Amino acid sequence: MTHTTQTGPAIVTRGLTRHFTSHKQTVEAVQGLDLEIGQGELVAFLGPNGAGKSTTLRMLTTLIPPTSGTASVAGHDVVSGQRDVRRAIGFVGQGNGAGHRQLGRDELISQGRAHGLSRADARHRAAELVEDLDLDAVADRKVSTLSGGQRRRLDIAMGLVHLPRVLFLDEPSTGLDPQNRINLQELIQRLHAESGSTVVLTTHYLEEADALAGRVIVVDHGRMIADDTAARLKSRLGDLVRLGFDSATEAARAAARLSRVPDARVDVTVASVDLRVKDGSTLVGGLLADLAADGVPPTRVEVARPTLDDVFLDLTGRSLRETQQSPTDEADTDSARTESEVAA
Amino acid sequence: MSTFVNDTVNVMSRELKPVWREPMAVVFAMIQPLVFLGLFAPLLPEMATGSALQWFVPGIVAMTALMGASFTGANLMEEMQSGSHERQLVSPLGRPALLVGRALKEVVPMLMQVAIIVAVVTPFSFDLHLPGVLVAALVLSLFSIGVGALSFALALASKGQDWMFWTIQQTLLFPTLLTAGVLLPVDGAPRWLEVVSMLNPMTYVVDATRALFAGAWPADVVLQGVAGAAVVAALGLVVGVRAMRRSS
Repeated sequence: MTHTTQTGPAIVTRGLTRHFTSHKQTVEAVQGLDLEIGQGELVAFLGPNGAGKSTTLRMLTTLIPPTSGTASVAGHDVVSGQRDVRRAIGFVGQGNGAGHRQLGRDELISQGRAHGLSRADARHRAAELVEDLDLDAVADRKVSTLSGGQRRRLDIAMGLVHLPRVLFLDEPSTGLDPQNRINLQELIQRLHAESGSTVVLTTHYLEEADALAGRVIVVDHGRMIADDTAARLKSRLGDLVRLGFDSATEAARAAARLSRVPDARVDVTVASVDLRVKDGSTLVGGLLADLAADGVPPTRVEVARPTLDDVFLDLTGRSLRETQQSPTDEADTDSARTESEVAA
Repeated sequence: MSTFVNDTVNVMSRELKPVWREPMAVVFAMIQPLVFLGLFAPLLPEMATGSALQWFVPGIVAMTALMGASFTGANLMEEMQSGSHERQLVSPLGRPALLVGRALKEVVPMLMQVAIIVAVVTPFSFDLHLPGVLVAALVLSLFSIGVGALSFALALASKGQDWMFWTIQQTLLFPTLLTAGVLLPVDGAPRWLEVVSMLNPMTYVVDATRALFAGAWPADVVLQGVAGAAVVAALGLVVGVRAMRRSS
């Protein structure tokens, strides 16, 4: 481990690009990514399937080399310093890190040995993780008999064996039920707080990025389209005030009046008016009084804080939910692409 | 270098854990050779040189080694699908060690199977020549390492396409067995078949195993057997390590 890198950023990418060639067509999975992630940050890559999140993660974890550009993780280049990167990072992929025919505890020990721990240290560390991640009841069972949530915890334990400086999690909550998903989020937050490691995860769940990460990087079509805290991404967009009226005529009159609100966006759909405005929740009282005085009192009022879905819609013109496919699509296309590339 | 050795030992001992824990799986994996032994051997005519079993058993032993090792890539395919192969690729374990450790592991179930077969047939008309059997086991170990490595290479090349692994493995398996003279002697076969048999490295492994199991030590046959096994091992390891280096 080099000490000079302890103070530098955990991850730096410059023009990081990855192309895949499939059926003689070039797909630009990641295009010119410039990124800097500081030590100890908890960052979520958010985007629909096929946006390039997993490809980015696969480059940062040395699984695939970039087509062009550079990336360094924990101070080591992902191409020339592969082995140093691998020593410094933990990786929890989309699948199960633990072999299905193995016992959980054996896998933890073998992973510790792979990271250079002595037999005794690896055993000790495995016992620590089993206790910490609440795996006591299942650690000595065959991995294939574990439930999805238990396997996920075991995978995370495997990623933590060597106290990694940077922990990568690729869609950690995919395939988990809502309760396990919340448990997992709490676990990740606790581990992040306790270890001080940098944590980078990908997700296509808005709630997850919102609940977990201090910083959200929104990616679409291989490009970074936003990089900010979830709160700031949302406050930039403003609240949604939805007003219902008795008739379309009233709605139109109200819309005309509301269009005078500074920095607001007004949309009319039949008998309802959508007003997108910063601090809408505090403005709404005054707006209602004003409209009532004008003779067009709204019959229904709804105020919604913006979600990351709204942010995505605002940034791309598409709803994140519309672009969702089955959770494994991206992984499948990735491997299919790698395949044809190897063959080429 | 010591990193490579450590990594290889790590990979091998991990691969061996399920073998120690579920040794019966090793027996189930050899059902097919045992069926051949039970159903095919009684059909063989008595030979001038000795009991049919004496001739047939070494072939079955070689067949067991070939089958076990050629199937082993399926274990890697399972790990490629589940994600544990990917996890190991991101660990500091070297790529060559990930292949070599797996290939070396093949020796253990193979030796267990040889021991079982020898134990089963010794009460019958089979004369046990232990030193010969032990040397033959060394030759077969080398052979298993090579076949295992090739099977892993095939698994890596078949990423996402299981059918490709099974099609190629099954297509190659029986021609390899037959042209190596495992079930029937190739002597007196048409010329083209003889040529194919001569080009099949397993032929020499089987011939050496037969000689050694009979307690004979013809230097040329034994050396050719070692050479045949070494060729398979070298080829397997080179091709396998290359495939593992490209794996992502």
